Amino acid sequence: MMPLMIFVISLLTLLQFFVSYTRSLIAESREHELSDQTREICGFTATTARGDQFPRLLQLIELCPENGGDGFKVRAVALYFSLLSLALGVFRWLMVPSATGWIELELGCCTYAAAVALDRRIAYNRTIMAQQAGH
Amino acid sequence: MLDPVTYGIWLAVVLTEVISLVCMIRGRAFLQHFTLVLYLCSCLASELGAHAILRNSGYNSDAYYYFFFYSKSLLTISLYFVLMNLYSHVFSDMGAGKYIRAGAALILAGTAGISYYMVATSSNRLVTHFAVELGQNLYFVGVILTYLLWFAMSKLQENRARVTQLVLSMGVYVSLSAGSYAINNLYPNHDGFWKYYFPITSMWLPVSWAYTFLKVPAGTRLATAKVLAPAR
Repeated sequence: MMPLMIFVISLLTLLQFFVSYTRSLIAESREHELSDQTREICGFTATTARGDQFPRLLQLIELCPENGGDGFKVRAVALYFSLLSLALGVFRWLMVPSATGWIELELGCCTYAAAVALDRRIAYNRTIMAQQAGH
Repeated sequence: MLDPVTYGIWLAVVLTEVISLVCMIRGRAFLQHFTLVLYLCSCLASELGAHAILRNSGYNSDAYYYFFFYSKSLLTISLYFVLMNLYSHVFSDMGAGKYIRAGAALILAGTAGISYYMVATSSNRLVTHFAVELGQNLYFVGVILTYLLWFAMSKLQENRARVTQLVLSMGVYVSLSAGSYAINNLYPNHDGFWKYYFPITSMWLPVSWAYTFLKVPAGTRLATAKVLAPAR
């Protein structure tokens, strides 16, 4: 009985801590202004990012060499995105519109964070290439 | 003799711990977060000890079993010191340092007392899953303490990004560990799985700490409201 209770409580706190941790990683990205070129590459036409653009952005990030250890953040956000997608499916099935609206906003935040990671990787690689061209 | 996968995981764990230490020193957090450095050094010592026992006695030996679970229990207690360090950072502005130190001493004494009582009354069960039960209880106390700290941070509107990320990553780790130990306690006959699972999950803290000290500058502010409230 006791291990089962500890397992259930730990699972709930794990979920809450992980969501808050990932949100703290995403919050830092919200301050970043994307360059016009990255917006064009990402296909952002509106002011907000949409969740369905996330998988494509992840593929683009994979193509770009890593910028000093941001891979951890990208993986954490990707895991959070998967959890949200799963929750979205469940809430759509249960027909809870208020929850689905919030989850869709969160999915957009994940997409924006991925776009920021891509933007930084592009800028970093440009700097490296410029330095190499200078030598 | 270690199989290649176990050896690869062991090497990855040691590497992440070393990288995390380097990131902390580079991020000038050595003195400010001394208990984190101490914890990582303890982890490294434990990994090296585990490796020596694995080489000499093998994975299925009693020596390795005892060393793994009891060194984990000691590491969990040292994790409490990390938690107290985080408590003192959060409450530093309130001048509550001496109360936190007293509280830390009380919790440590309480944990040691309960652990001693459990060992004294369970000497006939030491070869069974007593060590797993002890680990599960120690991590669960960690979950409660971390949750209380996070609750206090949200009420006090703590906005230091580094402290926020350190507390949250600690919360993820202790919750994950408490849950895993509870499952291990419920279904003990899956040694093949736990052999890889525990070392892999132990990489979470060094990796997240390395990220925090590498990527989050010391003065960065992040409102807890942004982490808690739904996005707008």
